[in-house]
Amino acid sequence: MLTYLIRRAVNAVLTLLVVTLVTFGIFFMVPKITGSDPALLYIGKTADAASVEGIRTKLGLADPVIVQYGKFLKGLVAGRDYANGNDVTHCPAPCMGYSFKTDQEVFPLLMGDLPVTLSLALGAAVLWVLIGVSTGVISALRRGSLLDRAVMTGALAGVSLPIYFTGLLALSIFVYWLGWLPNADYTSFFVNPLSWASGLILPWVTLAFLFAATYARLTRANMLETLGEDYIRTARAKGLGERTVIGKHALRSGLTPLVTVFGLDLGALLGGAVLTEAVFNLRGLGYQALTAIRGNDLPVIIGVTLIAAFFIVFINLIVDVLYGFIDPRVRLG
Amino acid sequence: MSTDSLAGLTLPGDRNTRPFLEVKDLTVRFETDDGIVQAVSGSSFTVERGKTLGIVGESGSGKSVTSLAVLGLHRTRSNAKVSGQIWLDDQELVTATDEEVRKLRGGKMAMIFQDPLSAMHPYFTVGSQIVEAYRVHNPKASKKEARERAIDMLARVGIPQPAKRFGDYGHQFSGGMRQRAMIAMALVNDPQLLIADEPTTALDVTVQAQILDLIRDLQAEFGSAVIMITHDLGVVAELADDVLVMYGGKIIERGPATSVFHDPQHPYTWGLLGSMPRLDRDVRDRLNPVKGSPPSLINLPSGCAFHPRCPYAGRNGDRSFTEVPELRGGAHAVACHLPPEDRRRIFEQEVAPNL
Ligand SMILES: Nc1ncnc2c1ncn2[C@@H]1O[C@H](COP(=O)(O)OP(=O)(O)OP(=O)(O)O)[C@@H](O)[C@H]1O
Ligand code: SF4
Ligand SMILES: [Mg+2]
Repeated sequence: MLTYLIRRAVNAVLTLLVVTLVTFGIFFMVPKITGSDPALLYIGKTADAASVEGIRTKLGLADPVIVQYGKFLKGLVAGRDYANGNDVTHCPAPCMGYSFKTDQEVFPLLMGDLPVTLSLALGAAVLWVLIGVSTGVISALRRGSLLDRAVMTGALAGVSLPIYFTGLLALSIFVYWLGWLPNADYTSFFVNPLSWASGLILPWVTLAFLFAATYARLTRANMLETLGEDYIRTARAKGLGERTVIGKHALRSGLTPLVTVFGLDLGALLGGAVLTEAVFNLRGLGYQALTAIRGNDLPVIIGVTLIAAFFIVFINLIVDVLYGFIDPRVRLG
Repeated sequence: MSTDSLAGLTLPGDRNTRPFLEVKDLTVRFETDDGIVQAVSGSSFTVERGKTLGIVGESGSGKSVTSLAVLGLHRTRSNAKVSGQIWLDDQELVTATDEEVRKLRGGKMAMIFQDPLSAMHPYFTVGSQIVEAYRVHNPKASKKEARERAIDMLARVGIPQPAKRFGDYGHQFSGGMRQRAMIAMALVNDPQLLIADEPTTALDVTVQAQILDLIRDLQAEFGSAVIMITHDLGVVAELADDVLVMYGGKIIERGPATSVFHDPQHPYTWGLLGSMPRLDRDVRDRLNPVKGSPPSLINLPSGCAFHPRCPYAGRNGDRSFTEVPELRGGAHAVACHLPPEDRRRIFEQEVAPNL
């Protein structure tokens, strides 16, 4: 088990290293492709040659690529100083540089957006897991029934309708037409839990609908497969009641594959639920990423990418560890 | 346990009139997308306590489906239709409630399955699965008692260091060990009816012999009725008191093992015997002993289902092609249109010399 965990952890670190390489590559290549100069992007086109040169030195853009990458890595791990002669700016770890647009330090800027994305993703995740898994299990147990067909039809709709459609539909019905809910808005949980929840309920439900649909289908398929397994027949042959057969023997292996999928989905969402944030005008990481891409704000783009990658890798590490506990074949294999 | 003490539990009028297990006219069909699978048609047989019934037949002949029907394990499959009667110790199981059958499963009647790896839950330890089997039927037993019982059973089936292996998972056991553990699980409640579905197919020859010995010893000890299902006629010859030969979901020959082996009456049985397991033969030959392929259970051949493969099909006009032969005869019954004298002659002159 320990060697397994260590292997997974080393794997995660290596993956993150590759991610930094790729994001750094973006930083380096994008200006070359678009024919723009990072220094100019930063200071603005009207600046005089001397100050552009100063910025170039300060950002280290004149250094060899490998040195630039080294400084970039060092900045992430230990922080770095941007220096042009006596003009020194210290950027503490994890340093992701400064926004070209607002001059703000990227990491704190993104941390400010994180609670929005976190609230959105986690709240929706709770909903979709509860709804998706339970309807999937019931569908599998009542395979072919009216209920099963209704759930699967609904799920098909959920999978095929894009979020900007369901999101706008939900907004126009519940906010503008019926007026049951306030417009989506983020209030910190610690300021007012009630407005936190009421401001997020529409995005939660919209996002959860999409995922719950996928999870219901997946759960149903997994459960049906598991129910056909020989060891389920063994459980019945022992004389166990259906409740134990389903609740203990079938769910355990029927739901395990969902852990992987859930890890991937949650990891991806934590890097920013771009569409949902855009539809509901929530200022989270996804929204920030969108703004940064529109404004060619490379450091912010890279920052969001790094954070998103971190979440995916981190959650996958957790999934791997969980698997070690759930599945003895992984642990002892 | 003696027959007399158990007879006391039965209704006075039925006392000692019914065999311990009596299956009457059992029919199992599955509704599938391709059509109706007629997996077992009109099977009737009996097994007494302390006796062993061997069921032989090619792959797909309905052996497993028959045994699953006895355990009531088709009930959870919505596409299965079971009819006929199954009497176990004077209780009718086809019409019994789910709950009544559940209580018998794993207790009074137990089953050892074909593939021991897939029959074990991958996420639970071998020991805990045996404990679970014990505690369903002994709800008053403490965890500790159940654990001791499970370890005891593991020891009895010949697993070394049972207390240590108790906490292992199925995948940590070798094939033979797994099958032993499955046997321990099946026997943990001293079943009076044990169905062993090809308990040795996946194992090598030495382990096979050990497992069969084990089942025989346990049977002698508990006086249980045993149904032994196998492709392997050698196993049946060694263990069984009576034999059923199945073909295409039907019993085509049924009788005392010695009689079926020494005086086989059905052309299909001749084919089977012609390929009695001999070590110089390839396993594949043994599993597919008669030329041609097993019939489709969705579209059974007309008349005698064996006719497309039977060398004697034309000898009796076209009856073999049009009329389903009934299982006829007393203790040793056969389903074939050929007159018994003809069959005896063919066997003695054409078949026996080649066996
Ligand atoms: N649940 C089911 N649905 C549809 N068909 C089934 C089902 N279970 C079994 N069958 C079919 O019933 C037939 C008899 O199967 P069975 O498992 O009894 O064969 P068997 O004699 O045990 O063969 P083997 O020696 O390979 O174990 C097969 O053709 C099989 O495909
Ligand atoms: S009934 Fe005809 S086809 Fe069937 S086994 Fe007898 S001889 Fe062969
Ligand atoms: Mg079988």
